[in-house]
Amino acid sequence: MNHDDDGKDNGREQGTPNGGTAVQLTRKDFESDQEVRWCPGCGDYAILRAFHVMFAKLGIPREQIVVVSGIGCSSRLPYYVDTYGFHTIHGRAPAVATGIKVANPGLSVWIATGDGDGLSIGGNHLIHVLRRNVDVKIVLFNNRIYGLTKGQYSPTSEQGKKTKSTPFGSAENPFNPLSVALGAEATFVARTVDVFTQHLLAVLEAAAAHRGAAFVEVYQNCNIFNDGAFDFMRGKEVRDENTLDLQHGKPILFGKQLEKGLRLRGTGVEVVNVQETGLDDVLVHDAHAEDPTLAFLLSRLGPPELPTPIGILRSVERPVLDQSMHEQVNEVVARKGPGNLEALLHSGDTWTV
Amino acid sequence: MTTKQITPKPASGPRVERLSRVVVRFAGDSGDGMQITGDRFTATAAAIGNDLSTLPDFPAEIRAPAGTLPGVSAFQIHFSSEDISTPGDEPDVLVAMNPAALKVNIRDLKPNGWLIVNADAFGPKDLEKAGYETNPLEDHSLDAYRILPVEIEKLTKEALKETKLTAKEKERCKNFFALGLMYYLYNRPLDNTVTWLGRKFKDKPAFIEANTLALKAGYTFGEATEIFQVTYEVPPAKLPPGKYRNINGNSALSLGFVAAAQQAGLPLFLGSYPITPASDVLHELSGYKNFNVFTFQAEDEIAAAGAALGASFAGSLGICTTSGPGLALKSETIGLAVMAELPLVVVDIQRAGPSTGMPTKTEQADLLQALFGRHGESPVVVLAACTPADCFWMAFEAARLAITHMVPVILLSDGYLANGSDPWLLPKVSDLPRIVPGFRTDPQGFEPYMRDPATLARPWVRPGTPGMQHRIGGLEKWDGSGNVSYDPENHEHMVHVRAEKVARIAHDIAPLQVQGPQSGDLLVLGWGSTYGAITSAVADLAAEGIVVSQTHLRHMNPLPKNLGEVLHRFRRVLVPELNSGQLALLLRGRFLVDAISYSKVQGQPFKRREIMERIRKVLES
Repeated sequence: MNHDDDGKDNGREQGTPNGGTAVQLTRKDFESDQEVRWCPGCGDYAILRAFHVMFAKLGIPREQIVVVSGIGCSSRLPYYVDTYGFHTIHGRAPAVATGIKVANPGLSVWIATGDGDGLSIGGNHLIHVLRRNVDVKIVLFNNRIYGLTKGQYSPTSEQGKKTKSTPFGSAENPFNPLSVALGAEATFVARTVDVFTQHLLAVLEAAAAHRGAAFVEVYQNCNIFNDGAFDFMRGKEVRDENTLDLQHGKPILFGKQLEKGLRLRGTGVEVVNVQETGLDDVLVHDAHAEDPTLAFLLSRLGPPELPTPIGILRSVERPVLDQSMHEQVNEVVARKGPGNLEALLHSGDTWTV
Repeated sequence: MTTKQITPKPASGPRVERLSRVVVRFAGDSGDGMQITGDRFTATAAAIGNDLSTLPDFPAEIRAPAGTLPGVSAFQIHFSSEDISTPGDEPDVLVAMNPAALKVNIRDLKPNGWLIVNADAFGPKDLEKAGYETNPLEDHSLDAYRILPVEIEKLTKEALKETKLTAKEKERCKNFFALGLMYYLYNRPLDNTVTWLGRKFKDKPAFIEANTLALKAGYTFGEATEIFQVTYEVPPAKLPPGKYRNINGNSALSLGFVAAAQQAGLPLFLGSYPITPASDVLHELSGYKNFNVFTFQAEDEIAAAGAALGASFAGSLGICTTSGPGLALKSETIGLAVMAELPLVVVDIQRAGPSTGMPTKTEQADLLQALFGRHGESPVVVLAACTPADCFWMAFEAARLAITHMVPVILLSDGYLANGSDPWLLPKVSDLPRIVPGFRTDPQGFEPYMRDPATLARPWVRPGTPGMQHRIGGLEKWDGSGNVSYDPENHEHMVHVRAEKVARIAHDIAPLQVQGPQSGDLLVLGWGSTYGAITSAVADLAAEGIVVSQTHLRHMNPLPKNLGEVLHRFRRVLVPELNSGQLALLLRGRFLVDAISYSKVQGQPFKRREIMERIRKVLES
């Protein structure tokens, strides 16, 4: 992914949160003293490492970062990061994070969640935190299975999936997390993969730089209960053929030699061989388009016919809830003056005995 | 506008009888302006210096069809020259603006009470809408009352015929005619209301003029026609000196939280989801942004509590307001607050349940939910306000205990307190205690679950504080370090610590006071909003020479530390409550006291008379 193309670089111009000065920290500085307790071989290790590296690169003091989580394997992450952390209730991290961010907009607030936590029990909070555009970064570890409860199907499990609770196959249609996020008016929507180390890091950094709610889906392998769920695009030998590495402003190409491209056809897309057709008709990715229609179209792509999009589908600016709430308070203070408690209590129809 | 004398004095006319207390109920269609009429009558009574207590009763439907029974809106005011504490059992006067209002309210009117009806609203169609087969004004069904049919609509229109208002607008002034008539009956001045009209309609002089004319027309009608054989006066009450304001429970709660946040130097964060009868607190607090108040209307009850707890974690005073069904949804978050040992105030403005129940009606049936309605051993502080004005003090107390002891607090109010109002002796800000949050910024020797030796409270460390990064959450903690622990002994220890932390708050609250004899035959023990009814029942019995003792709980957990000792000083304990005996169950379990439960679960508050009768019955048994 070409980070220079991530458009306007809406990073934190005002420096670090709470007006601090940039600090030099390393990945090690963000490792907590807690023993990491995920299954050996779990994709979560790679995501944790990416968090450590990304936090170190942000230049923000550790105390200015808060990692909030719900319940599930992914939600153990706050214990393993030496920042402030709050391991809350199943599905409720977006609600708690909203309170934290409104109380102190200077903090960098992150949410670690999973497909069950974020899209099943916490689906309501997820869509509303995105709609409100609270400046929190949501990283959803999607392994398409319930891990911590040991192997039931999740809202992203494929139809027909055999799991502990669906021995004859799941009868349910799954969610597409990116489509859900776009439908919820998210201003930043991206997808990456646990083992795509550089890509994962770059997407997390872009999420950190986004002003507003950022939604990042990470394809994450659960090697115990759903091993190989993403093998169709995760391995070196299939990655080029089966992923669409979206880059803002660039034609949407894939294949070993980037010889294939996507072209609009009706309300969908078709694959063209660019060596034959040239680049003229090939879709150019515009992550900053106000209209989310193309982003939604991209979110629908995937196997068996088409490659799976990764990278930033959408990154646009919209007023940020926590800032707006503070602006409103400041405006009212400017207009009415700071509240006078005595006057407030003694207002209305009063009489003296 | 006229400037002539607006406080007519009864120079001649009917004799004036002096009364110590009067209950008036205005009832009409929800479009008839009964709440405003009641409010104005109340403001005038306050200005005169009466003690007073009011209760509105409005329909659950937003706009029920006009003239029907579900569309009836009423407002009751009890005003007195003495200390009173309830809106009154039965009205002495009922003003009924239409047949539906008559039908819904007549059963409460005192025998031989004044019944003033808007005779213009008793046509065949009006009667049919109210379900009357014959005209009650003609069929002698109301012979038990002193009935006065007045053509209120016609007389109002006549009084306003010179104005440029439309016919509809003129008709809508009829409530002020009725108000004027009541001012005549009780020899009240009009100036307070006229001044208010001037403020209310300052951009609409035509409405000031019209409503003032209607008000005076009502007064003059009473004076000129001498329809009353007698008029009344209720002299001022001897209230403790000071500045007063009439306030309902929800407004008092809102101000209590603003005051507490100010006295603690904290921003106030309200997470709330609209629910009857709690929504008014959200509305009111959302207007106080210049007091550093942040209001967040969440996507659901759960998120409201989650956001409030997040705000508390980040160093604000996080509160939420809800009613019974919402408290059920917040129970998991309250459990997290117990585990995370963070301040959180949850107000449950109780209504009649279970489920949607009767949302606009009052009940006290969430006591056990508040005390025990969570998974695991999950003790929380539970408080209960006892009067509308007390909602201010209990909101302040809830915030104080949550902040200084690092615990979640549930504050119980109810629909009766939320909408009822009484005079509030206004405090001076300089007399309010300061609340000192236990913020820690010193990393030296810091552990997230280290404890204050006296209160067992853990330190409050705001994210952003350098060198003190730590992780908290719902998993069991090792005492001190706060590290996740599955150690069996540690879990049991932590269960005890969390319970002990709440129990020690008993040292931080006032001991229970008993009114009347300090020991003896019968103690009447109430909690929450039954205070007014119990107090007036006990006082009225005392006036008859029947003396019993009374005490009232505002701290439900921990209970005042002398409660057990108080209970055992009496042979019998009567516990009136608007549920099936929840406090009685608790007292039996905690203190092995054979508490006599007096239960009422009708969505209505106790009447003074009901409690008097029950006390008599107990004394006779």
